[in-house]
Amino acid sequence: MSTKTHGLGRWYVIAAPYLWLLIFFLIPFFIVFKLSLSDVATAIPPYVPTFSWSTGIGAFISQLDFENYTFIFGDPLYVNAYLSSLKIAAISTFLTLLVAYPMAYGMARAPRSWQPTLMMLVILPFWTSFLIRIYAWIAILKPEGFLTMFLMKLGLISEPLQIMNTTTAVYIGIVYSYLPFMILPLYASLEKINPALLEAAQDLGSRPWRAFWQVTFPLSLPGVFAGCLLVFIPAVGEFVIPDLLGGSDTLMIGKTLWNEFFNNRDWPLASAVAVILLLVLTIPIVLFQRQQQIEREGGR
Amino acid sequence: MNKNFSWFNLTSITFGFAFLYIPILLLVIFSFNESKLVTVWAGFSTKWYSSLMQNQALKDAAWVTIRVGLLSATVATILGTLAAITLVRVGRFRGQTLFSGMIFAPLVMPEVIIGLSLLLLFVAMGLDRGFWTITLAHITFTMCYAAVVVQARLQDFDKSVEEAAMDLGATPINTFFQVTLPIIAPSVISAWLLSFTLSLDDLVISSFATGPGATTLPMKIYSQVRLGVTPEINAISTILIGIVTVGLLLASFVTKRQTDRAERERRKAFGATG
Repeated sequence: MSTKTHGLGRWYVIAAPYLWLLIFFLIPFFIVFKLSLSDVATAIPPYVPTFSWSTGIGAFISQLDFENYTFIFGDPLYVNAYLSSLKIAAISTFLTLLVAYPMAYGMARAPRSWQPTLMMLVILPFWTSFLIRIYAWIAILKPEGFLTMFLMKLGLISEPLQIMNTTTAVYIGIVYSYLPFMILPLYASLEKINPALLEAAQDLGSRPWRAFWQVTFPLSLPGVFAGCLLVFIPAVGEFVIPDLLGGSDTLMIGKTLWNEFFNNRDWPLASAVAVILLLVLTIPIVLFQRQQQIEREGGR
Repeated sequence: MNKNFSWFNLTSITFGFAFLYIPILLLVIFSFNESKLVTVWAGFSTKWYSSLMQNQALKDAAWVTIRVGLLSATVATILGTLAAITLVRVGRFRGQTLFSGMIFAPLVMPEVIIGLSLLLLFVAMGLDRGFWTITLAHITFTMCYAAVVVQARLQDFDKSVEEAAMDLGATPINTFFQVTLPIIAPSVISAWLLSFTLSLDDLVISSFATGPGATTLPMKIYSQVRLGVTPEINAISTILIGIVTVGLLLASFVTKRQTDRAERERRKAFGATG
């Protein structure tokens, strides 16, 4: 296609980002995988490598040792952490969709001159610190926090609410922090829908609600799909939200990995946890990438 | 189309934005609270700001964070712009699928995995962990966001403008700096701002990539939040929110002025021919 950017110049443009990502993104995964097959040790760094170039690849393969993996699959704590992360991520993705859809719909139908401002207002919280936004929710949700005070003043409750340190708080945290990721793709696909289609549906006698389900919603599905992936994938491995808002009953794999690494200093086991998490996420990540590919080609 | 903008739409937007902004507003309001209790209002005071100014550890952490942010955002924007050009303009090349995979995967990859893998790389390379390893880690994950932002803009504009420049004898490098870059400049600026904010904000990846020497502001805030809430955090949060808001308003002002100017020039051109 671009015949003018042949040769050396073209190669330089590709090389810098390509090499960077190979060294700092791809190779590290191989190191994680290698380490997940090592034994833990009390040393610095705290593991015994089971492979070194001096012994050669043959010796390495003969020594391959999957004990970290058998340990993870044998221990219900880890299996439950994976399952409960998937469950929490799925439920909070659905809740995020419920909150985001009417907002994105309202934005797409708002007067044209408002739209850039509304977009900016959605993005603005995303630019403010994630940690600080989670911290703000601690002040709201804790038993003597704003929510309890507010509801007690209204006389709706007489006892402090117990939301802090529960899984409900984690849902609220995820919905809140990932909302922009859901709204933006939804808005993009809703905004593209030609209003004439809806008018046609109504002219043909369709009630607004039916027109929505049969025309608008199906046309917005690419946005729904992209938004759900953008929320679901990072939510599965989330660490900060369950750590600050969740209690001891909230089991999530990102937090387990963090504890294994920083508290137990078991680097090989943490690596094995990461490898399995990556395998669990492969399908949604590939789906996400395909979606991006389609969008890129459609945009040309 | 605006006849569909009903009370339903207005309500959903209002409630949505209330949900997004009330937590942030409460934080800002209570940063000026006299009381140490975070939810009890005891009068206006800026004492948490002054006690913040005396907190040397926080100031050191802020300084590390800003240096990492400036450096990593700049390198990430350059690499991200090159990556965007590769994705949109270079055409097919070997390993393209892998390349676009590596651009998009970090956007959704859980931070704990990116952090752990980078740490193991630094250990394997024998690098001393601290300022430089945090910077390398931040460049890596923010360049992918920068690439996506610039790529969106590159797709939008007409390639024939570049082709015309090259047909008139401009070298590819000249074309890039005199034609392409001025057109994509707003997106390059927002890519830099986004990289910078993401770097300022990052807790998980920095915690893995750092050594005993370098503590970033989010790491400091995180440990204080875990120890118990102190009103100083409200104050520092408000300052950060203020910086980001001012930065974004400036950026949108600059972008708006640029699009206005482009619009004026377009009109003038049409007026001249018509």
